[in-house]
Amino acid sequence: MEKKELELLKLLEGNARLETKNIAKMIDVSLEDTKKMITKLETEGAILGYSTVVNWSKVLEYEGVTAMIDVKVTPSRGVGFDKVAERIYRYPEVKAVYLMSGAYDLSISVEGKTMMEISRFVSDKLSTLDTVISTTTHFVLKKYKHDGVIFDDNDDGDKRIMVTP
Amino acid sequence: MNTQQRSYLSETAEQIKPSGIRRFFDLATQMDNVISLGVGEPDFITPWNVIEASFHSLEQGYTAYTANAGLLELRQEISKYLRNNYEVEYNPENQVIVTVGASQAIDLALRAVLNPGEEVIVIEPCFVSYAPAVTLAGGKPVIVHTSAEDDFKVQPEQIEAAITSKTKAVIVCSPNNPTGTLLAKEELIKIATVIEKHDLLVISDEIYAELTYDEAFTSFSAIEGMMKRTILISGFSKAFAMTGWRLGYAVGPKEIIAAMTKIHQYTIMCAPTMAQHGALEALRNGNTSVQEMKTSYRQRRNFVVKALKDIGISCHLPGGAFYVFPSIKKTGLTSEKFAEELLKKEKVAVVPGNVFGESGEGYIRCSYATSLKQLDESMKRIDRFIHEQV
Repeated sequence: MEKKELELLKLLEGNARLETKNIAKMIDVSLEDTKKMITKLETEGAILGYSTVVNWSKVLEYEGVTAMIDVKVTPSRGVGFDKVAERIYRYPEVKAVYLMSGAYDLSISVEGKTMMEISRFVSDKLSTLDTVISTTTHFVLKKYKHDGVIFDDNDDGDKRIMVTP
Repeated sequence: MNTQQRSYLSETAEQIKPSGIRRFFDLATQMDNVISLGVGEPDFITPWNVIEASFHSLEQGYTAYTANAGLLELRQEISKYLRNNYEVEYNPENQVIVTVGASQAIDLALRAVLNPGEEVIVIEPCFVSYAPAVTLAGGKPVIVHTSAEDDFKVQPEQIEAAITSKTKAVIVCSPNNPTGTLLAKEELIKIATVIEKHDLLVISDEIYAELTYDEAFTSFSAIEGMMKRTILISGFSKAFAMTGWRLGYAVGPKEIIAAMTKIHQYTIMCAPTMAQHGALEALRNGNTSVQEMKTSYRQRRNFVVKALKDIGISCHLPGGAFYVFPSIKKTGLTSEKFAEELLKKEKVAVVPGNVFGESGEGYIRCSYATSLKQLDESMKRIDRFIHEQV
């Protein structure tokens, strides 16, 4: 991949709302070419989407729980873990699925309105899959950092004095 | 009884002018919601591994003095770092001293080499401390002015013209604060010829060495024949975002480092121990962070230079540091007036160029070590301000 494309991707990964004209200036490419690069990366699927990091604990009306579930599975012949992963990631309440090295095979992140909702998902849908051997569910109590963003109330911003030599 | 009281101040202290930055600082801090492009330090917090290493050293009880010249381990790492990055070789046993910021290293260097009345060539615009530090060390600063036409690069003839029988040293700073100018290897070679010819010493302030964006940095000491004529000064403040830790160093000929260590021993004892432990980690495992910060500075430099161009302000592309030094001459205002009006009308703080020397008049220093959002907004405000002026 071209160096400028990599630079652009890193900038967008850090802040999807950076204005294209500013990105163009920063990576020293014309605005037109920057737009073309973005379209190309979107078409190729290198850019899959643009999302927002929300600190839901700040939103009073929001009710929700997140669980990380360790899943042990029997891989199927020919397709390995991919088939069972797909059976799982198709559920909309499943927000992330990773194939892991180590003690278990799949790590999945599930969001629901209540603990009940998630436990129903685990007992009714996940553990009933033929290939699933066992599940261990961990509920998230507090989010400190997500996707590189620290969820901190106490950061009072720039700590430098205004003018220094 | 005689109630009259004489002034207790020394003539030297009385004669030294307070830095013009101070006045600006007072003005800016009286106002709210100011976007400051006046900060001469990184906007990053020190990399966490460095902070953590310093915590750990405290937990382990490393709270006592270190050797005067600094922890041997740290001097070894500094030596290795300089060898690997800048191809200069210094013996950690007797050619390296760890100081309280590069600023103290400059002071020590001048005090170690100057006899009363000896002259030091100071190339302006430059960091505000050089000339006063020369004076405080009993020397006489001789100013050489650079200009935008030369991208603020000193011409060897200018140095030559300033040399007298009393000249002892030249202070060189590349990449430069406030202009961001980087001297290329060929340019350093030409300066070295003059240094050699007149048997001078160079105090090379290389604090911004890591922060170059287009061309590779060359240490003055790496120029053939210059190692024995150079006191290389650097530190952790800029590259590792460690300004508040106050940790720098000097390397040079062993007699000079020994003399500097002697003065250091009687005046400071040693640089802060916890900061030295942080610095060890910075040199051992800090490069990834340095490179990430550097990328971010380069992007913001590109942004600011282009934004200024769009506004119609002329500005050379600075090769290093994190400053741009654009001309505001077309507004007809002096640097001071421009900065003051801009602060009052648009709440953007920049540093008037004349603070860094007479040749900085007509320019302002803008630091781009601030968030892109703030930079973007400040450029809009500067645009509006300029167009109200002309």
